[in-house]
Amino acid sequence: MNARTAGFGVVALAALVLLAFVPRLGNAYYLALAISLLQYTVLATAWSMFSGPTRYVSLATTAFFGVGAYTVAVLGEILPWPLVLLIAAALGAFVAAIVGLSTLRLSGVYFVIFTFGLTELIRQLVVWFEVNKSRVLGRYVFVDITQADIYWQLLALTAAVFLLGWLIARSRLGFALRVIGEDETVAKHCGINTTFAKVALFTISATVMTLVGAIMAPRWTYIEPSIAFNSMISFQVLIMALLGGAHRLWGPVLGAVPLTLLFELLSARFPNTFTIILGCIFLLIVYMLPRGVAGLFEKLAATPDGKTTRRVAA
Amino acid sequence: MTNAILTGLMLGGMYALIAMGLTLQYGVARIMNLSYGEFLIAAAFASHWLFTGWAVSPFVGLVLIVPAAFLLNFAIYKLLLTPLVRRAPNRDALEVDSILATFGLTFVIQGSMVALFGGAYYSYSFLAFPVQFLGETVAANRLAALGITILLGLALYLALTRTRAGTAVRAVAVDPFAAQLVAINVSQASALTFALGGALVAAAGVLVSTFLTFSASSGVVFTMKALIVVVMGGVGNMLGCLVAGLALGLSEALVASYVDPGLTLAVNFALFLAVLLVKPAGLFGRATR
Repeated sequence: MNARTAGFGVVALAALVLLAFVPRLGNAYYLALAISLLQYTVLATAWSMFSGPTRYVSLATTAFFGVGAYTVAVLGEILPWPLVLLIAAALGAFVAAIVGLSTLRLSGVYFVIFTFGLTELIRQLVVWFEVNKSRVLGRYVFVDITQADIYWQLLALTAAVFLLGWLIARSRLGFALRVIGEDETVAKHCGINTTFAKVALFTISATVMTLVGAIMAPRWTYIEPSIAFNSMISFQVLIMALLGGAHRLWGPVLGAVPLTLLFELLSARFPNTFTIILGCIFLLIVYMLPRGVAGLFEKLAATPDGKTTRRVAA
Repeated sequence: MTNAILTGLMLGGMYALIAMGLTLQYGVARIMNLSYGEFLIAAAFASHWLFTGWAVSPFVGLVLIVPAAFLLNFAIYKLLLTPLVRRAPNRDALEVDSILATFGLTFVIQGSMVALFGGAYYSYSFLAFPVQFLGETVAANRLAALGITILLGLALYLALTRTRAGTAVRAVAVDPFAAQLVAINVSQASALTFALGGALVAAAGVLVSTFLTFSASSGVVFTMKALIVVVMGGVGNMLGCLVAGLALGLSEALVASYVDPGLTLAVNFALFLAVLLVKPAGLFGRATR
C-alpha cells in the first residue's frame, strides 16, 4: 500500500511538472481550454470534498465563485494581488461558515433549498449595495495578470486541492464525515460533533471555490453581478462531479475533463439548444450512472467475493 | 399602509396557492421537485398563447390547461420518477435522486421555452382596470386571481379532508408503510398526488400570467418561493402553507414599500432561516419527521 501511494505521488508530481509547460506551447486557444479544464477540475473536486462523503447536495458553487470574482473586481486595482486573493479566501470562508452554521444543523433537504437560492440572494445583495451605496453597476477589472499566470495559479490550486483532499481523507475529520454520510444518527451517537465536521469541510470546500473565482476574474475585463453569479457554473460542476463519481477524490476529474470538452464543443455548435442538451446529459447521468464513472470502474474491478455493493438501508 | 397590506395579502395568497402543489408533491409523493417553477411558467405561456392567438379568456384557459397539466405530470411521474422510486433504498435517497433528476428537468424545460419564446418578457392585458376594494384601488385581474385562489384552496381542503381518496392521500403523507398495511395503493396515490400538484401549479401559472410579466427563465424564482413556503409551513401541511404564504407575501410587500424593493429575496431568506432555526419542522410541522 505504501509503495502504491509513493508511486501515485511520483506520477502526480511528474504530471504536474509536465502540465506546467502548457503555456510555453504558445497556442492561445489550447491555453484557454486548459484553463477551463483546470477551473472545472478544481471546482468539481472541491464540490465533492464536501458533498461526496456527506451526501449533502450543494447548489451554491456559483455563490462562492462569484464572491471571489467580485472581490477582485472591487479590490483588484487597489491592493497587491496576493493580498486580494487572501481577502477573497477569507470572505468566502466567512460566508460559508455563516451559511454552514445556520443550515447544516438542519436536514439535508433544507440545505439543498437554501443553497439553491443562495447565489440569487448574494447577487441581489451585491446589486442592492452597488446601486444604493457605491452607485455603480458593473466594474472594470484592470490587473496585470496574463493568461499564463491564471493557468499557473490554477495549476497550483489544483495540486493543493488534491493534497488537501488526500490529507483530509486520512484524518479524523475525513473519517467523521464518512460516518455522517453513512448514517448521521449513528455518527451523533458515536460522539462525533457532526455540525463542526460538516461546517469545517463546507468552509474548506467553499474557500477553494472562492479562490477559483478570484483567480478567474482577470479573464473578464468587465464584471457585473449577472456575469460573476452565473448559476450555470453550479449546474455544470454538479454534473461533472456526478459523472465522475463524488465519493472518490479522483472521481470528479473523470467527469470534469470530458464534460468541459463536450460543453466547449456544444456551446460553439448549438448555442440556442445548449441548455436542453445539458439537461438531457444531466438526466442520462442521474439515471444511467448513479455512482459515476468511478463507481463503474469499481464495479468492473470488483471480484465476485469482494463485491462493492450499494449500501441498502431499511 | 392599507395598500401595502392588501398587496401583501394578494401576493401571499398567490404564494400559498403556488406552494400548495409543491407541498403535495413533496409531502405525499416525496419528490422534491426543483423544476416546479418551470411548470408554472409553461402554463403561463400556454395561457398567453391561448389569449393572444385565439382570444381564449384565461378563465376558459384554466379549464383547458389544468387537466392537460394533470395528465402531463401523471405521465412524468410514471415514466421519469417511478424508476427512481423503485431504485431508492430509502426515502432520503429518493429525495436526493429526485432533486437531481428534476434539476436536470429544469434545464430541459427552461431551454425548450427559451428556444420557443426567446428570452423576452411576456405579458397580456386582461381585466386590467381598477376597482374599489376595502377603500383601496386595486387591479381587477389581481382581485379575480385572488378569488379563484381562495376557491381552489377551499376545494382542495375539502377534497383532502372530506373524501375517501383525500384521506388516503393524507395517510400516505403521514406514513407510507402503514398506509400500505390498510390497503392503500401507495404508488397509485403518489402518482395521482404528484399529478394533482402539477395541476395546481398550472392553475397558479395561468392566474399569475394575468397580472405579472414573465419570461422563459423566471421559473427559478417561483420554485424558490414555493420551497420556502413549504418548508416554513411544515411539509405537507395545507394550513401551514396558507399562513407561511401570507407571511411571505406580507413581509415582501412591507419591505418593498418601506425599505427597498431590491431586498425582497433577502427578506424571504431571513424569514426562512428564522423559522427553521426556531422550529426546524416548520410552523405547523410535527416535531419528528
